[in-house]
Amino acid sequence: MKTVEEFVDVVVVGAGHAGCEAALACARLGLETVIFTVSVDSIALMPCNPNVGGSSKGHLVREVDALGGEMGKNIDKTFIQSKMLNQSKGPAVHSLRAQADKAEYSRSMRKVLENTEHLYIKQAEVAEILTEEKRITGVKTCSGAIYHCKACVLCTGTYLKARCIYGDVSTYTGPNGLQAANHLTDSLKAHGIEMYRFKTGTPARVDRRSIDFSKMEEQLGDERVVPFSFTTNPEDVQIEQASCWLTYTNEKTHEIIRANLDRSPLFSGAIEGTGPRYCPSIEDKVVKFADKNRHQVFLEPEGLHTNEMYVGGMSSSLPEDVQYAMYHSVAGMENVKIVRNAYAIEYDCINPRQLDASLEFKKIKGLFSGGQFNGSSGYEEAAAQGLIAGINAAMEILGREPLILDRSEAYIGVLIDDLVTKENKEPYRMMTSRAEYRLLLRQDNADLRLTKKGYEVGLISEERYQGLLKKERQIEEEIQRVWHTNLGGTPQVQAFLEAHESTALKSGTTLGELIRRPELSYEMLAEIDPERPALPADVQEQVNINIKYQGYIERQMKQVEQFKKLESKKIPKDLDYDDVYSLRIEAKQKLKAYEPASIGQASRIAGVSPADISVLLVYLEQYGKTGRAK
Amino acid sequence: MKKDTIAAISTAVSESGIGIIRISGEEAFAVADRVYRSPGKKKSLSEQPTHTIHYGYIYDGDKFVDEVLVMLMRGPRSFTAEDTVEINCHGGVYAMKQVLETVVKHGARPAEPGEFTKRAFLNGRIDLSRAEAVIDVIQAKNEYALKSALGQLRGAVQKKIRGIREEILYQIAFIESALDDPEHISLEGYPEQLEEKNQGWLQEIEKLIASSENGKIMTEGIKTVIVGKPNAGKSSLLNLLSGEERAIVTEIAGTTRDILEETVNIHGITLRLIDTAGIRNTEDVVERIGVSRAREYAEDADLLLYVVDSSTPLDENDEEIMELLKGKKAVLLLNKSDLKPVTTEEMLESRLGALDVQRIIPVSAKEQTGIEELEQALKDLFFEGKLSFNDEIYITNMRQKADLMSARDSLRQVQESLDMQMPEDFYSIDLMNAYEALGEILGESVGEDLVNEIFSKFCMGK
Repeated sequence: MKTVEEFVDVVVVGAGHAGCEAALACARLGLETVIFTVSVDSIALMPCNPNVGGSSKGHLVREVDALGGEMGKNIDKTFIQSKMLNQSKGPAVHSLRAQADKAEYSRSMRKVLENTEHLYIKQAEVAEILTEEKRITGVKTCSGAIYHCKACVLCTGTYLKARCIYGDVSTYTGPNGLQAANHLTDSLKAHGIEMYRFKTGTPARVDRRSIDFSKMEEQLGDERVVPFSFTTNPEDVQIEQASCWLTYTNEKTHEIIRANLDRSPLFSGAIEGTGPRYCPSIEDKVVKFADKNRHQVFLEPEGLHTNEMYVGGMSSSLPEDVQYAMYHSVAGMENVKIVRNAYAIEYDCINPRQLDASLEFKKIKGLFSGGQFNGSSGYEEAAAQGLIAGINAAMEILGREPLILDRSEAYIGVLIDDLVTKENKEPYRMMTSRAEYRLLLRQDNADLRLTKKGYEVGLISEERYQGLLKKERQIEEEIQRVWHTNLGGTPQVQAFLEAHESTALKSGTTLGELIRRPELSYEMLAEIDPERPALPADVQEQVNINIKYQGYIERQMKQVEQFKKLESKKIPKDLDYDDVYSLRIEAKQKLKAYEPASIGQASRIAGVSPADISVLLVYLEQYGKTGRAK
Repeated sequence: MKKDTIAAISTAVSESGIGIIRISGEEAFAVADRVYRSPGKKKSLSEQPTHTIHYGYIYDGDKFVDEVLVMLMRGPRSFTAEDTVEINCHGGVYAMKQVLETVVKHGARPAEPGEFTKRAFLNGRIDLSRAEAVIDVIQAKNEYALKSALGQLRGAVQKKIRGIREEILYQIAFIESALDDPEHISLEGYPEQLEEKNQGWLQEIEKLIASSENGKIMTEGIKTVIVGKPNAGKSSLLNLLSGEERAIVTEIAGTTRDILEETVNIHGITLRLIDTAGIRNTEDVVERIGVSRAREYAEDADLLLYVVDSSTPLDENDEEIMELLKGKKAVLLLNKSDLKPVTTEEMLESRLGALDVQRIIPVSAKEQTGIEELEQALKDLFFEGKLSFNDEIYITNMRQKADLMSARDSLRQVQESLDMQMPEDFYSIDLMNAYEALGEILGESVGEDLVNEIFSKFCMGK
């Protein structure tokens, strides 16, 4: 029987947030790329929350953008409300979050894909990966078509052997009733890949006409919207915004839930997957935080051209009748009509410790993966991994060094290092507390940190790169100027200080010193700084942050220096830990299982002690000098 | 692989004539300059040629510490191949500790077990064939340090550190939850609350540091157990040895009400002096518990002080005590020498036989005589090397103290951030550092503690 056979450079499996970034990166680097999806209509689908960004996730989107990814640009085109979270807190934790028009987001991304050269969309289920001598050679679809390739990126999201559950209803479908992918898992297992089964959930969608908003608090967007992408003109995002609404659960809601816990598949054991602790279902919250007498519920529009509203805070897998009862007990939702029921979803994913930091499988050359398939959660985490996996698939084909970001360079580095180094028992979500150098990894400086790398990879245009260099120069010059601008206690200066409740000057000082006062800022000092050059807002922001938090930033930079020393000590791939004299058995087992790339990574593995690291260092020294120890 | 500057006592921590504190690393000269003063206000040590020796003094700020000779060796011509400064100070345990603590206070870090050797090896100073020996040193010392670190930490202190640590973690988790989920958790008015807590932690840690200076934190010293029959005069002897004129350092009631422990410093030798219940056969249940405890302590002792009441005859209880003395270093004190002797030195000597009794000293706790002879005897034993101080224990203690100081510095930084009205996310960074430093003392790493605390204590998410 004749089958279709094609030859491409890269195969991307899945067209969600990871797959889109991976495919775009490869195609933009000139590689013939095919992206598979079970449904072309569900490209860049947002099957859960209708927003992009949020605490630390906003950082990821900025970083994806700084490297030349698409997510930031796409949300800037399709958002309907935007907020900078944590504005009253330090710049390191400011985080952008935008409500998306889901359908528009999806449509817009599809348009970008369809208009990218070297990129082809194919609706088919990939059933097998094909390998020769531990190297990927192609994939085979359910219909038997074979796509030969040099590299493959797996971004299957929550579709592998997916099962959706609420109450005692369970269907073998992916999110939103889409077709699941039931074959690939077996092929991966046959290739020796270790699989996990994870679980997540989503709340109901309700008809906005059935909601009584008068009983809820309106949540508005920011007056001045900040775009996600460094390439978006801020003037273009000052649009009329949609509102979200806040209401609360109450004791009655909790009673309904408690009375029906035995009917929940989560508690009865019908769900075997491991769920995330950070987005617990409402029944989880009620059980675990029994002392709280109410929980927040956010009603968020799914888009401008639909009546569906997302019930944030009330994800559930309780039976349909209980869902009605509990939603109806919430103020403003007494008569609510459910459009789509809440459900939990189980799916296959991998143990990500089988990956290198480049997101390539250690055991299969040319096979990369990203997104929920790697055991993460969230659109932003997916996009970030997809971009890195795509870039590195391309780098390998082009015979270039992989792009690996470390923990001191980007949230993306923290995300990937955590995934490939730590024991991960639930879908992994980014959090600012996971980034030990977060004062340096701000969303405002993602371009300064990463755009040069994006340029070197080939995803950033010359024009954008030159713009970055100019920005760097302007920041540096202005910081110097501010530190060298002396001020005396002139009547004008003293009056200014008094007006801002700041201590009067007793002797001369510099503008820099004044910026450091908690009650003052670079922007405010314009009044007494006649020589100030006209600078773009983003440059001014960097000057202010760098001066204001200088001491803290310098301390973190010192820590990073220490960190880098350990990261730069590489461990040879062929090192046999059994040869390492006197290494404890537990450490040996862990090191063999994780195959860390550097001493730094080894030191982060649970069960490897500082003394083991010392032993390893001594051994590596010997190894380095003799080529092979003993 | 830390390339920072480390310091340790590189001679045995005992009452030898001279002690050497070695400092190694990029900042070795800078650290030495911060604590060294030359008599003639000559050049700083950094400006002196390598491989030279300089006479001078060690000062902690304005406080005189010791008179020393300082030897300078610039890398790579030193044991570790790094810049190295060796301070030759007076050999007393106390003097060496003071000099090391001063050096640590001024920028060096207490060396980890085997760290000098490790650096020497990594810098190519030690032959490759010795790699295994180097590894053995690191592993053995590390195992010992791990074992002893917690063992030495007094129970009450461990509990206190654990308590502070848990509180700190809770606060970090609260801040982080609020940062992560600002729409669910508010930080309104939080800085004031944190400031109060932070002040409390700072005070507690300051107290721990202050008491670490006199051994209240870590049990270091020679474990010396006073044994004898009831009313032989053990307690009065303890009181005498730890009297006002001596540096009494601590007084902690034992786990049972009949064991009393004090740390006493005699001519620079630290003794953990433990008073026990009198040993005799008794039907009284409570007293029997005390007696059996006394036996346990005696079995574990480095040195036994056996107190005999010279005004009463020896009996079967003494026989039993002498059994305890078997295989132990002991000094016999013939107390109540002011009374008419019933039991004499000669009578005892004939009974002691093969026991390892170093000296028999007549004393009178009442008249306060014989104490000087006892002190002299202890000193002699120490210098003859018959009693030794475990320097690993001391080094571990030093490290634990350095960790306490580092935790304190981090909490001070938190205070500074509060004073500067920095946003909340700045606090949690230094709080985490303090949490880590306190964890080092307990031998606990951070791992996923924070993430677990956030999820278990705070309700967040969609």
